[in-house]
Amino acid sequence: MASLTPQVTTQVTPGTVPGAAPAPAPSRPGRPRRPRVWRGVVLALAAVYFLVPLIASFVFTVKVPNQGFSLDAYGQIFSAEGFGGSLLLSLGLGVATIVLVLLLTLPAAVAVRLGAPRLRPVLEVVCTLPLVVPPITFVAGISTVLRWGPDYLASTPFYQTMIAVQNPDFPVVLVLAYVVLALPFAYRSLDAGLGAIDVRTLSEAARNLGASWPHVLLRVIIPNMRSAMASASFLTLALVLGEFTIARLLSFQTFPNWIYRISGSQAQVSVAVSVFSLLITWLLLLALSSAGARQRSGS
Amino acid sequence: MNGARVEFRGLRRRFGSTVALDGLDLTVEPGELIALLGPSGCGKTTALRCLAGFEQPDEGEVLVDGADITRVPANRRDAGMVFQSYSLFPNLNARDNVGFGMRVRKVPAARRHARAQELLELVGLPSVGDRYPHQLSGGQQQRVALARALALEPRVLLLDEPLSALDAKVRVTLREEIRRLQLSLGITTIFVTHDQEEALSMADRVAVLRDGRLEQVADPATLYDRPATPFVAEFVGAMNHLPGLVSGDGVTVLGQTLPVEGRAPGTARADVLVRPEAVLVTPVDASGAEGDGIVMVSSFRGSTARLRVRLSDGTEVLADVPGHDSARFAPGTAVRVGLVDRPVLVSARSETGAAAAVPEPDVV
Repeated sequence: MASLTPQVTTQVTPGTVPGAAPAPAPSRPGRPRRPRVWRGVVLALAAVYFLVPLIASFVFTVKVPNQGFSLDAYGQIFSAEGFGGSLLLSLGLGVATIVLVLLLTLPAAVAVRLGAPRLRPVLEVVCTLPLVVPPITFVAGISTVLRWGPDYLASTPFYQTMIAVQNPDFPVVLVLAYVVLALPFAYRSLDAGLGAIDVRTLSEAARNLGASWPHVLLRVIIPNMRSAMASASFLTLALVLGEFTIARLLSFQTFPNWIYRISGSQAQVSVAVSVFSLLITWLLLLALSSAGARQRSGS
Repeated sequence: MNGARVEFRGLRRRFGSTVALDGLDLTVEPGELIALLGPSGCGKTTALRCLAGFEQPDEGEVLVDGADITRVPANRRDAGMVFQSYSLFPNLNARDNVGFGMRVRKVPAARRHARAQELLELVGLPSVGDRYPHQLSGGQQQRVALARALALEPRVLLLDEPLSALDAKVRVTLREEIRRLQLSLGITTIFVTHDQEEALSMADRVAVLRDGRLEQVADPATLYDRPATPFVAEFVGAMNHLPGLVSGDGVTVLGQTLPVEGRAPGTARADVLVRPEAVLVTPVDASGAEGDGIVMVSSFRGSTARLRVRLSDGTEVLADVPGHDSARFAPGTAVRVGLVDRPVLVSARSETGAAAAVPEPDVV
C-alpha cells in the first residue's frame, strides 16, 4: 500500500541551496595550517602569472625615458587616429553577434529539449564543431567565397549582397563568422541554463494558462534564463573584442586590428590600449554578472 | 464555475512499441471528481495529457460538453492543471504566478492582483503573495499551483499526481482540502494517481486502468467490495488468494462453503479472493487444541493489526484484527482461521499456482 511506503520528499528550490550551509570540516589536530599554506602558495603563483605581465605593461606605459612617470600614453589613446571608430565597430559587431547567436541558439536549444530530445547530441556536436576548425582555415574559406563572383553576376542582387556584407563601415560577414565562432560558448551556456529549470513542465504550465509559444519563450523561459544568457553574451562579446585572425586577414579595422596597427608606430600607446581594453572588458563582465545576480535574487 | 461533461472516446496512443492508450472510453459527469488509478505505464497520465492538449491521440476523440477538442491547441482549452513536479514560475512571486493566466488574457493589474489574493485565500495561503516559489514549502507550492489552475475559472480541473512529491501528513491534509474546494466549486475534476488510498478517499468514482484500457469504473465502495476483475481486486486493497473447490452451491474454501459473487469460473479448482478484514482469526487457548495455523508476522497499524498466518498446508493468509487485540496475536501464536460468511469472488487458478497470499512489501 502506497500510503505506508516511505516517501522521498524532494524540494526543488531554484536559485538557492536549501537548508544551512554544510558544517565546516573539523580541523585535524595533527597537521594544522598545512593546507592553508599550500593554498597561499598556489594563489601567489597564479597571481604572479597574471599580475607580472599586467604590471609590466602598466609600468611600460607610464614610464617615459628621462622624464619619469607620465600618463601621457593613456591621454594619447583617445586622440589616436582610428581609436574611436575601431572600438565602436568592434562593440557594434559584438552586439550584433550576441543578438544573432542568441536568436539562433535559444529557440533551437528549447525546441530540441521539448520536441526532439534525441537530437540533442547532434546539436551539441554541431555547435562544438567551430572549436575544432582553426580560424585560419575558416577565414581562408570565407575569403575564397567572397572573392568568387564572376562579372556576369555583377548586376544581380546576389552580387550586390556579396558586396554589401563586406562594407568596411559594418562588415556583416564578420558578424556571420563570429556567430559561428561563438556557437560553442553560447550553446553550452544556454544548455546549462535550460538544464537548471524544468523547461517542459514550466512551458506546459504556461500553455495550460493560455500562453502562446512566443509568449512562453518571452515570459517564462527567457526570464528564467537571464544569467545563462548573460554569460553567453559575455563570452561572445569577449570573443568578438579579442578576435584578430579573421578581421586581420579580411582587412577590417576592428579594435584588435587597430591595436596591432598602431603598435608598429606607437609602442607605448598600443600597450596602453591593451591595458585599457582589459579594463573595459572587466567592467563589462561586472555589469553582466551583476545583471545575472539581480535576476537570481528575483527582484 | 460550472463543471463540464468530459468524454474520452476510443482514445488510442502509442509511443514507439508501447501502447499507452488502447481504446479508452470514459465519461466524466459534470461536477464529478473522478480518479484515474493504475500502475505506472497504464496510460492514466497520457489520458490526462490528451485532455490538456499536451498529447495528441492517434485515434479517438476528447469531448468537453459535447464539443470535440481533440485538435484544439493546449493554450485554448478551458482546463486548469496542477502538475506532479513543482511547476511554479521561479521568476514570479506567488501572486504573479496565480495571476499569470489573467495576465496572458490582459486583465488589468488591479483586478488581477485582487483576484489572485482571493484565490490565495481560497487555498489557505492569504499572506504568501509576495514570496517566490523557492521561499515556499512543497505543500505551499502545490497550493499556489492549485490557485493558479483555478484562476481562469476553468470548466475542468486536471490533477496529475499533485501530491506525490509531498510528505505523508501534508498529502492527507491537502487531499482533503482539494476535495472540499472541488465540492464547493462544483468543478469537474480528473485526478491521476497511483495511490489507491488517495483515489478511494477523494473520488466520487474511481477508474482503474490497465495497459491503456479501462478495467473498471465505479464508486470507491463498489470498487473495493465488488471488484469486476481479478486485476482490480489485486490492485485495490490487499487480497488473499486461497485455493477453493467450486461446486453447485458455492465454493469450498478453508473448510467453509460460501456463495460465489458474480460468475464462477468453469473449472472446479479456483482461486478464492478474500480481503484480510474478511478473515477471522482466534487464538487457540491454552487447552491444547490444535490451530489451523501460526502467526508469522504481525504489523501494527493503529486501528488494526495485519497478521500473516501460515496454515498447516503452507498457504499464507493475511488477516486483520482490531489494533487493541494485537497483543493476543504475537508471532508464534497458534490460531484458528475462518472466513466471514459473505459471497466471495472466485477466479480461475492463477498461472503461478502458488496459493500464497499477495506479497505485500509493507507487511513482511
